[in-house]
Amino acid sequence: MSFIPDDFILRAILAGSAIALIAAPMGCFILWRRMAYFGATVAHSGLLGAALGVALAINPVLSVIMVAIGVAALLIVLERRTSLPTDALMGFLAHTTLAGGIIISSLMEGQRLDLIGYLFGDIFSIDDGDFAWILIGGAMVLGVMAYLWKPLIALSIHEELAAGEGLNTELIKSLFVFILAFTIAIAMKIVGILLIIAFLIIPPSTARFFASSPEAMLVWTGLIAIVSVVAGIGLAYAMNTPGGPTIVMVMAVFFFISQLGSLRLA
Amino acid sequence: MPEPAPALSAPVRRGTTNGKPLVSAEGLSLTRAGKTVLQSIDLEVMPGEIVTIIGPNGAGKSTLVRLILGVIEPTTGTIHRKPHLHLGYVPQKFSIDKIIPMTVKRFLTFKDQQTDEHLRGTLERVGVKHLEHRQVSDLSGGEIQRVMLARALIDDPELLILDEPVQGVDYAGQADLYRLIEEIRDEHGCGVLLVSHDLHIVMAASDRVVCLNQHVCCSGKPESVLKDPEYQKLMGPGTENAIAFYTHQHDHRHDISGAVVEACPPVNQNPIAEEKSGSK
Repeated sequence: MSFIPDDFILRAILAGSAIALIAAPMGCFILWRRMAYFGATVAHSGLLGAALGVALAINPVLSVIMVAIGVAALLIVLERRTSLPTDALMGFLAHTTLAGGIIISSLMEGQRLDLIGYLFGDIFSIDDGDFAWILIGGAMVLGVMAYLWKPLIALSIHEELAAGEGLNTELIKSLFVFILAFTIAIAMKIVGILLIIAFLIIPPSTARFFASSPEAMLVWTGLIAIVSVVAGIGLAYAMNTPGGPTIVMVMAVFFFISQLGSLRLA
Repeated sequence: MPEPAPALSAPVRRGTTNGKPLVSAEGLSLTRAGKTVLQSIDLEVMPGEIVTIIGPNGAGKSTLVRLILGVIEPTTGTIHRKPHLHLGYVPQKFSIDKIIPMTVKRFLTFKDQQTDEHLRGTLERVGVKHLEHRQVSDLSGGEIQRVMLARALIDDPELLILDEPVQGVDYAGQADLYRLIEEIRDEHGCGVLLVSHDLHIVMAASDRVVCLNQHVCCSGKPESVLKDPEYQKLMGPGTENAIAFYTHQHDHRHDISGAVVEACPPVNQNPIAEEKSGSK
């Protein structure tokens, strides 16, 4: 067994680190804006998007984004029209879209969807197309997030205050939802629909312990995520375990270590 | 006799009332889902004037503030703001979630960069210089309100809009905060639009009071509003004695709507009764 990274290991580390960087600001805002379950709902709808993309022969990243935005819009409509609590609505949408995705992929003949790959990610089989999406899409996400950074923090601190001071809060919230759907769409094939929220929220949860400013929390999040990706891929290779779940487990271990540290300090 | 509802350009005790109003609203109405929330509101704040909006819960006080801020649009009516009006706003019940790391210093300089000197001067003015490096999420209710006031003051606003600025502050702290707001008005000459559900403690600081219950019930100087039958009807019996509240030891307490509740043991539900009876 060779410990020199093969080409596919290097690809996995590069792609995983790029996703970790893109995920860092998104993960911070998911925590700050309490949107973890919303993110999970969008991620679950990704399978329906991917299945529709294959069935209709359009780019799966695009179909995933379209379905994700459709689900976000439907959620807002249902919130206003029904008396169901939001968490119930999200659970309802997350799992019906997941069920729909599985049904559509089972009906397709010939080229079937790699169901396990989509659900749990496949970081070791990244092709050039995936790479291009991560780099170009990732640059776009980071660019928009740099632009939205301050207004989104103002919004996370206190929406009413931000609106009172002249911020167009509805526009900023919509942009964030769009960017979140886009991030999930480009990351889910690598990290997996069922794991992406863990990938997004565990590193900033750990980073909160070390940070006294939003920017420090962002930097710590990125660092923790990249170290977790590299360590997770190394472990997955050495132990022959799947990549995405191993990375998430490494992230969880870092989180518990940081909590032990905070217990000792308290 | 109640005064005419829109008591525009009322006299001001201190401060300067030069020139035009900072903000003036005419005939504001808001209807939501067929329900009238606010009806034909006229309101005006002059430079150097402290205008207090009072009224019971659900009177539409915060909604009126949101209209004046421009966060929501009125169904009918117009709002005129002085061009390029610089305003400082303190929303109701402010707090920062613990998950967001944010020091007081960063919180105050977030919108615009400030020199350290100006930042410390502003914090010192409101009496919380020692909190500069603390996390906002760790502050107490009274500390938060002072930090919010500092934040609203830091870029020298022409108009301060304060929505229930003493909520969650103990009675002694409430009186201090109102005194501070008055002093700030004297120093800066800014206009202040204040929202409260209790006229008793704000009256000393107010130049003009607008009593709101979806429409303007009455308005004018605090002394005249206190005696106004419309005010007494709205805020409950016994409120006409509110002036005495300041000068005599009181023998009753008020419930949440302001009505007098006789012979009740003081409970911490009403900080006014508790603090007052202990202090004299």
